Amino acid sequence: MYPTDRRYSKDHEWAKMENKNAIIGITYYAQKELGDIVYIDLPQIGKEVKKGEVIAVVESVKSASDIYSPLSGKIIKINEVLKEKPELLNEDPYNNGWIAILEVLNPDEYNELLSSDEYRSLIGES
Amino acid sequence: MPYFPHTPKEIEEMLSFLGKKSIEELFEDIPDEIKKRAKENFKLPPPISEIEIYKYIEEISNKNEGKDYLLFMGAGVYNHYIPPLVKKIISYPTFYTSYTPYQPEISQGILQAMFEYQSLICDLTGMEVANASLYEAGSGTAEASLMAYRINGRREILISQGVHPEYKEVLKTYLNALDLIYKEIPINERGETDINFLEKEISENTTCFIIQNPNFFGVIESRLNEISEIVHKNDSIFIYIFYPIALGILKPPSDYNADIAVAEGQCLGTPISFGGPYLGILATKYKFIRQIPGRLVGETKDIEGKRGFVLTLQTREQHIRRAKATSNICSNEALTALSAVVYLALLGKKGIKRIAELCFDRAHYAKRKILEEIKNVELTYPSYFFNEFVLKFPKPAYEIFNKLKEKKILAGIPLEKFFPDRKKELLLSFTEMNIKKEIDILVDNLREALK
Repeated sequence: MYPTDRRYSKDHEWAKMENKNAIIGITYYAQKELGDIVYIDLPQIGKEVKKGEVIAVVESVKSASDIYSPLSGKIIKINEVLKEKPELLNEDPYNNGWIAILEVLNPDEYNELLSSDEYRSLIGES
Repeated sequence: MPYFPHTPKEIEEMLSFLGKKSIEELFEDIPDEIKKRAKENFKLPPPISEIEIYKYIEEISNKNEGKDYLLFMGAGVYNHYIPPLVKKIISYPTFYTSYTPYQPEISQGILQAMFEYQSLICDLTGMEVANASLYEAGSGTAEASLMAYRINGRREILISQGVHPEYKEVLKTYLNALDLIYKEIPINERGETDINFLEKEISENTTCFIIQNPNFFGVIESRLNEISEIVHKNDSIFIYIFYPIALGILKPPSDYNADIAVAEGQCLGTPISFGGPYLGILATKYKFIRQIPGRLVGETKDIEGKRGFVLTLQTREQHIRRAKATSNICSNEALTALSAVVYLALLGKKGIKRIAELCFDRAHYAKRKILEEIKNVELTYPSYFFNEFVLKFPKPAYEIFNKLKEKKILAGIPLEKFFPDRKKELLLSFTEMNIKKEIDILVDNLREALK
């Protein structure tokens, strides 16, 4: 449920490094808590975000929740498929349900994120 | 009947909970001067019977003048005929008193009415989606501007000088708390938006351009296609304020590729009344549906597969998204929207066209007669117009207005009310309510006043 090839934020996002870029998404736990996601408001490409800033808003049937960037950087790619198929966030949060790719500003921030084990203990799943 | 909800015992309990000895002590922070004035002003007379109350209120209501006045005032609010059926239908208690229909299980009637309203607004404007209404055209204009900002993130609002001054004031009030720029594009000597100026001013910072057609001065903009092209070439949002009745003979906003269409819907079955309630119409393209402010009713199927209606996309709204809602409007003008849907359904396509033709004909008859029969009067703008135009007199318009008012004719709106330096101009408006005989009386009295 929480792959070890990436790191996690306390706000339930994950980041996976690919060269100097990071792929960003939400965790299995996050999508389960949100329920059926019906819409995602994606950021604009080129937008610069700081760690902890809002990069997207997801809507489930009865709520709207902010998604925070786990790292600082510039958005270079967004997952356009989610506009048509927001359910991928529920069905496949770690692969096809990725949200954005970030050109990472400060690689140290990645190491400050939680490991899979640390995140699992945060959410009480060991 | 006790109008005061608390017993002396309850009041004492509340005071003792607060540690206060008396109501006077509770309100001791209010300055004495104000308390003194309040006491002087709140000298209520002794109680009287219900019959006496009715007679008293009737006496006051009889002081209302206006019923027997000839009315040629418009400027955004128009005296159109309202078929009695409109009042009959909105007076059903199920419509008249129902409020916040969140629960589809018990609100199918009002939800369906709002859905029909949205559908007819789309039919009228050619737009793809309309919300369940806003307060009036001013808040509609402001909400449309904020919508544009949400769509493209740019910070500069361009607005034609021809937009109603009150809509501009409401917009500016909204902008007080926001870091957005407001810039007016002047109108030319024909009363139309200065297209060259617009072309010069529009930039990559421009979130939207707002135009009103016919504009505040009654002028029909003749270069809307070019204007729309300039705005869209710049990737800005084209906001178009329309007059619903005029769409009986003018092209709908969708023909000019408007991104957001806004209107004052009072003309659709709601009487003229100081302070409203009026009706803010807002319609847009489907791709902007997530950015719409306020309520939206959608059609759906219940578990038995039957057609039903619900409030939809509520995640945009304040009660779910809180501070990040698309708008702080979490309500709508359901009753005036209902008037509008009944009115539109009654008149149909042909009826609206006929009303529009009558307004147009009456105004053009009046213009012809005034210019032919009265010396020293001219039109400010030599342009196409629908049912309103501006006259320029050799003397102050208020002087003429007041003279005619004495004869129970409200001849129009002196522009000085909105533009202090335009003292000699009067904005006149005509609808199907102004029959030929009344127009002749107006012209005779204008002639007399200008002698």
